[in-house]
Amino acid sequence: MNLFDVIGPVMIGPSSSHTAGAVRLAKLALAVLGEPVAYANIGLHGSFSQTYKGHGTDLALIAGLLGWNPDDVRIPQAFLYADKAAIRIEFKVIQLGEKAHPNSVRFLLKGAEGQCCTVTGSSIGGGRVLISEIDGFPLAFTGEFPSLLTIHQDKPGVIAQVTSILSRYDVNVAQMKVFRKEKGGLAAMIVETDQLVDEEAWLAVNNLVNVQTVRRIQAI
Amino acid sequence: MLEDKLSLQSLIETAQNKNMRFGDLCIELQAAEMGITKEQLLTKMISILEVMESSIEHGLMGEKSKGGLVGGDAKKMRDYIAAEKNVCLVGNLIADTIIMAIAVGEANAGMGKIVAAPTAGSSGVLPAVLFSLAKNNNVARLNLAQALVVAGVIGMVIASRATLSGAEGGCQAECGAAAAMAAGAAVDLLGGSPTEVGHAAAITLKNMLGLVCDPVAGLVEVPCVKRNSGAAVQALAAAQMSLAGIISVIPVDEVIDSMASVGSAMHCSLKETAQGGLAATPTALNWAQKLFGNP
Repeated sequence: MNLFDVIGPVMIGPSSSHTAGAVRLAKLALAVLGEPVAYANIGLHGSFSQTYKGHGTDLALIAGLLGWNPDDVRIPQAFLYADKAAIRIEFKVIQLGEKAHPNSVRFLLKGAEGQCCTVTGSSIGGGRVLISEIDGFPLAFTGEFPSLLTIHQDKPGVIAQVTSILSRYDVNVAQMKVFRKEKGGLAAMIVETDQLVDEEAWLAVNNLVNVQTVRRIQAI
Repeated sequence: MLEDKLSLQSLIETAQNKNMRFGDLCIELQAAEMGITKEQLLTKMISILEVMESSIEHGLMGEKSKGGLVGGDAKKMRDYIAAEKNVCLVGNLIADTIIMAIAVGEANAGMGKIVAAPTAGSSGVLPAVLFSLAKNNNVARLNLAQALVVAGVIGMVIASRATLSGAEGGCQAECGAAAAMAAGAAVDLLGGSPTEVGHAAAITLKNMLGLVCDPVAGLVEVPCVKRNSGAAVQALAAAQMSLAGIISVIPVDEVIDSMASVGSAMHCSLKETAQGGLAATPTALNWAQKLFGNP
């Protein structure tokens, strides 16, 4: 914790978890999609579903999908801007189960260029967030580092192929985690890096035979 | 990452041994820790002060909040005090403090831009104490920036030994911590010694120990906005006592530790869940039903 965690952040009120955290969650979902949003189906769970109107959580989520920061003074008018950008948005109440964090949201996003993704995450306090699912894979990351997400065949050597490409492009790995649903099926890997993964490195990973999809996710 | 507990007492002793103002020590240590110059640190603090000042102005416009439970009270009190026929019971300084604390609380509830210091819910306390002192004592902006660093360091100690989250420690961890930070900052701003900074923070937190977090309908509106004004006045009372040489019998680090243990012992219905305290009153439940359709 540093001084600016205590004297800050500068944000649009009223709640660091329900407003500032919601902006960051949506901004991270946008980063996963990797292109402007054309359609968003936003499911709200727990406290998010019960009190979102009073905290402007809906406005904050739209602001994040527009790529704005938590201190953007346009946040109260986010619906207008989304309309102008012809983004279709639907909100619904969802149940993610007893174990889910009370401030959770699930996005189903379609992009202007045709990309799709699902992202589930929680606002865990003080504006900090945690992504717990992408495209059906349970995982855990915070968006504090630029990240690479791969969905790949759970086979020996695939992880090494990815990391050797990163090393060839001079990208340092800060931390990495692998998640799988079942042995030998599809697995997901989050690689958090110190440098942005550039287009060429991304293509090289994408061309690996055992890698199904790769997403580059910018830090927020 | 595991972080060691910080000690306000040891920082106070360091300042005493080096014969330094507490604020000067805080700026030196924080600039070094972040790898920036003292000037850069103070410039950043001045930009944060500007956001705080605008948030006071925003609140004084008198807009209603998102939930509709608050808004317009800062303007109401300012207009009342400004009319000569009315009584200013508490003096200009405290009247300004109350008005400014409510203003920022209302700006926050109305989706205005604020500085979470340490949290959004307690964001009115520091601006109210600093800017009411500045208005009534002709304080330079640079000195306010230094006081803000003092407040931040006190907050960091509280975060490391206890918590700054209402969900973990109740309102004593939000408005209580904000007030302790503001009291120490006020003492440093008015030329008090490092020891007096510590006593002011200790006395404030002692007076707010046990305060629960019981937001009506789960919103940062009732009782949060008015609690910011109460907390800011607590800070000034403790700063005044400390400047007069009154000491806290319990040392400041021990007071902070006791806030942590009181927070742990506090029932979860009183920690931001809107299940207890004022949030469980019939009127609060009616508001929750009206706003969100919750029973």
